[in-house]
Amino acid sequence: MRAYIANRLLQTVVVIVGISMIAFTITYLVGDPLTVLLPLDAPKEQRDVYRHSLGLDQPLPVQYYHFVARVLTGNFGNSYVIHKPAYELIIERMPATLLLTFSGLFVALMIAVPLGILAAYHKNSWVDNLSTVIAVAGSAMPIYWLGLMLIILFGVRLRWLPPSGYGSWRNLIMPAFTLGVFLAPITMRLVRSGMLDTLAQDYIRVARAKGLTERAVLSRHALKNVMIPVISVLGLQFGQLLGGAIITETTFAWPGVASQAVSSIQNQDRPVVQAAVIILATLICLVNLGVDILVAFLDPRTGK
Amino acid sequence: MVETTGNLAGALPQAQVFAESRVSERRKFWRRVVRLKGGLAGGSVTLILVLIALFGPLFAPHNPVAGKITDRLKPPFWLGGTHDFLLGTDQIGRDELSRLILGTRVSLEAGAAGTLVACIVGVLLGLLAGYFSGIADWFISTAVNVMLTFPFVLLALAVIAVLGTSFRNLIIVLAITAWPIYTRVIRAQVLTLREREFIQAARVIGAGNIRIMLRHALPNVVNSIIVIASLQVAQLIILESFLSFLGLGVQPPTPSWGSMLGESRTYMFDKWWLATFPGLAIFVTTLAINLFGDGLRDLLDPQSRNTI
Repeated sequence: MRAYIANRLLQTVVVIVGISMIAFTITYLVGDPLTVLLPLDAPKEQRDVYRHSLGLDQPLPVQYYHFVARVLTGNFGNSYVIHKPAYELIIERMPATLLLTFSGLFVALMIAVPLGILAAYHKNSWVDNLSTVIAVAGSAMPIYWLGLMLIILFGVRLRWLPPSGYGSWRNLIMPAFTLGVFLAPITMRLVRSGMLDTLAQDYIRVARAKGLTERAVLSRHALKNVMIPVISVLGLQFGQLLGGAIITETTFAWPGVASQAVSSIQNQDRPVVQAAVIILATLICLVNLGVDILVAFLDPRTGK
Repeated sequence: MVETTGNLAGALPQAQVFAESRVSERRKFWRRVVRLKGGLAGGSVTLILVLIALFGPLFAPHNPVAGKITDRLKPPFWLGGTHDFLLGTDQIGRDELSRLILGTRVSLEAGAAGTLVACIVGVLLGLLAGYFSGIADWFISTAVNVMLTFPFVLLALAVIAVLGTSFRNLIIVLAITAWPIYTRVIRAQVLTLREREFIQAARVIGAGNIRIMLRHALPNVVNSIIVIASLQVAQLIILESFLSFLGLGVQPPTPSWGSMLGESRTYMFDKWWLATFPGLAIFVTTLAINLFGDGLRDLLDPQSRNTI
């Protein structure tokens, strides 16, 4: 177990280093930040002074080294557009993103777990067929369009919910549902196939043989074991969940990290893009790591 | 499949067993075909969409990239519009139906081209990583892990910001986000293939590494590649439409379903149909391709249902 955790830790560090390289290189290539910082007709001397003070006149590996040294102390530099530390800009928007992400995850589980269990338990029945239809339709749905349709229907036509914005639980309903639809299909497939595997196990037959009710067999014996593969794959899907959150945030003008990142990319605001990418990626890696360790504890067979 | 014929040589009883199992294999194959009504339906719709993409623009009722401003924002014919513009017109008077038809070509082209590039790159890297293992494998696998950790939408946005917006760059972005899945699956399969007798035999008779990879390993993973690619096309069409929706994909005046949705946002409050038809087009297309891909998977590679 200890070796397994150490190995996963090492992998995580490697992945984070890789992502920091990508983030650095991409933002380096995005364009000359001086075009954003200075007026177009700024004299060459002024440009050189600025370039030197930002360290942009040094070779790429040296810049990367300084970049890593700064980032390790939490210093991503100041935003070029809003003169605040990039780190702060991202962190202060983190609660909105996390709220959306976990609400979406909650909606997805609320849809997927009951349907997946029913579909597996009544295999090839109408419930199974219905859940397959929902899964196929859901995974083909462009969720930003689903968001638009929800806004038009519930925000504009019926006026039941605010079409966009942030603040009350009424603002959260449509974005959370949209993100939930994004994640529900894969979760449902996982629950269904995990449940099918589990129901074929000997310990389920034993539980039935000793006379437990079907309800007890399902909830006490089957469900717990199904949740292990579900948790582990959902952990791996966390990155895609955040990707879905990016799409959802831009559709609903949700003030989270992702919409900040998108506007910073459009503004060529290099420090904020770097901070957003690295903080999000680190978060994803840590969630993956945490989930893997959790699963290793829940299911002692992994890691051997 | 490709290699079993070689193993049969000289063993008659075994050959009979194989022949019988092949008959029942064929029966199973057809049973699955019948079961796969969804796949057939999806395949037919996909075929129709491909035909629309190829020949539809020839029959489009109006010019999809130019319109008269006096015709702007006409509703569809059943909501008080004219039969001249069946689905109405957009904000500068272009015929919605004609734009949707040309948009089919743009979306399918982007999806197919992105998939093709991703497939070539991903499969080659997967073959290399699985076949050579060692340091090459470590680098390639780490790269795959990094890419799969990175939220693909953020990656696509960042790369577009670097490269600038053009159709070629759009294809590059789609390919960059899509290659790791091929590499991961192909690597895992080649890793087990490498230990099989026919690969060992090929090595013994002196086949070179490249020959073994391309002539012996590759044919055995083709089914998986076809399955992943068919499902990936749909994902890339959605991603393309989202990038175009944000104004970072297909550039005006060329219509893409995504950019039509993006433009419709301004008029969403009273001209809801402008935001409805392009999205429906995307949904129907990806649904058809997904059903077709699922059907292909049941036919070609049924074990992979839980892994891809």
